Amino acid sequence: MALLDPEIIEIAVLSLYVTGTATALSALIGVPLGTFLGTRGFFGHRAATTLIYTLYGFPPIVAGLVMYLLFSRMGPFGATNLLFTPSLMILTQFVLILPVITGLTIAATAEVDRTLKDISLSLGASNRQLRATVLREARPGVLAAIMVGLGQGLSEVGAVYLVGGNIEGSTRTLTTAILQAIRNGEFSFGAALGILLFLIALAIYAALEWFQRREFE
Amino acid sequence: MMGGGPVVVADGLGQRYGAFSALRAASFSVQPGEIFGIMGPSGAGKTTLLRILGLLDRPAEGRLEILGQDPYAPSADLLSLRRRLATVHQRSALLRRTVAQNVAYGLELRGAPGEEIEARVGDALAAVGLLDRSQAKRRTLSGGEIQRVCVARALVLEPELLLLDEFTANLDPANVGILEKAIRQFVSHDSHAVVLVTHNLFQARRLATRVGFLLGGSLIEVGPTEQVFREPQDPRTASFVSGEMIY
Repeated sequence: MALLDPEIIEIAVLSLYVTGTATALSALIGVPLGTFLGTRGFFGHRAATTLIYTLYGFPPIVAGLVMYLLFSRMGPFGATNLLFTPSLMILTQFVLILPVITGLTIAATAEVDRTLKDISLSLGASNRQLRATVLREARPGVLAAIMVGLGQGLSEVGAVYLVGGNIEGSTRTLTTAILQAIRNGEFSFGAALGILLFLIALAIYAALEWFQRREFE
Repeated sequence: MMGGGPVVVADGLGQRYGAFSALRAASFSVQPGEIFGIMGPSGAGKTTLLRILGLLDRPAEGRLEILGQDPYAPSADLLSLRRRLATVHQRSALLRRTVAQNVAYGLELRGAPGEEIEARVGDALAAVGLLDRSQAKRRTLSGGEIQRVCVARALVLEPELLLLDEFTANLDPANVGILEKAIRQFVSHDSHAVVLVTHNLFQARRLATRVGFLLGGSLIEVGPTEQVFREPQDPRTASFVSGEMIY
C-alpha cells in the first residue's frame, strides 16, 4: 500500500519531528508568557499583546524569507551552516507557532472569570499561585492553542520550503513533498501524501477531542 | 490573634472609579465575635466597601486597620494578612474541580498537609450539609449547592475575619437556613468576626449584632441592630428599614 511506502513514512516522521519539536518549544515559552500577559496588567501590557497578535498574523512565507536571508551564506548567521537543515526548519516553525500559542493563551486566560481571579486572591493566593490557578482553569483553551499551533506547523509549506530546500531524505516534509509530487506530475503519490497528512491531523484532533471530553465535561 | 482589639477599624474610607465617587468617608469598627451587617440598596457601595475590607482594592482615601495592622504600611505583608481573611463573593463561582477539591483550595495555597486538609474539608462540608456530595463535579451541582460550597471554601480556612457579600442571594429558604446556621456556628465557636453585606433587611436583622446603613456611597448610620431597626436616627434609614424606600 502506498501509505506504507518507506519513503512516505520517512517524510511523515520528519514532518512530525520538525513540527512536534517546534510546537513543544513554542508551548514551553508561549503558555507561561501568554498566561502572564493574560492575567497581569502592567505598563506596556497592551503594547506587548498587540505585538503578539500582529506576529500571529505574520505571513509564513515572509517569515521564511527573513530566516533564509539571516541564515544564508551571506547572512549574519551564515556561519552556523543551518540553512537547509531540519534544525532551521524547527527554528522557523518555532518563530511562526510561538505567537499563535501565546496569543491564544492570552485570550484563554483573559477569558477566565474575573470573579474566579478575585476568589483565588481572597482565599490567599500569591500572584504566582493566581497565575497557576488561572492556567489550570483555562486548560481547554490552552490545549486548543497548542493544537492550533501544531496544525499550523503541519500544514505550513512556504517557509519550510525556503529554509529546508525540500531535499529528499533530509528536509522533505509532507507539504513540500506534495508540492514536489504535483510539479512532477506524480498525482497518485501526491494524493497518498495528502491522505496521510489528513489522517495525521484527524488522529491529533480526535485525541484532543477525547481528552477535552474526559477532562473538562 | 489580635489581643481583643478591633478586627476592623475603618476611618474615612473613600473609593473612586474615575470621576465617580463610589464610597465616601466611611468610618466604623468591627469587634471580635461580632456579625456586622452592612445594609443598603443596590449601587450603595456595599461591594466596593467589602472589596476594600477584603484587601482586593486599595482605598483612595482614609485609613484602614485589619487585625491590628495597616495593610498598606511599607512594612506590611499583604499576602499574610489576606490569608487571615476569607470572602464569599456575591457571584458564586467554582474552580474546575470536585466539591472537596474546591473546599481544599485555600488550604492547599497555604501548604497545609494532606491529612489536615482531608479532616478540615470534611468538617466544613458537614457544616453546610454537603458531605455526601464531596466528589461531585461542578456541573452536577444546583445553584444552592454551589453557594454552599463557596461558604464551606471560606469557613474551612477558619478566618479571623469572614466577609460575606450577599451570600444567600437567589437561594431558597432551605438553603438560606443551612448557610445562616453555618455562619452562626462559625461565630459562636470562635471569637472571629463577620462582615455581612446584604440588601435583605430580614437577614441583616436575623444575623447581625450591629448594622450600618449605606446609601449613595455614604455610611448614613451605624448602631446595634435592634436600635437601628426600631429607632433609626436618620430619616433615610427609617425609610429603608420600614420598606418605604424603593430600590
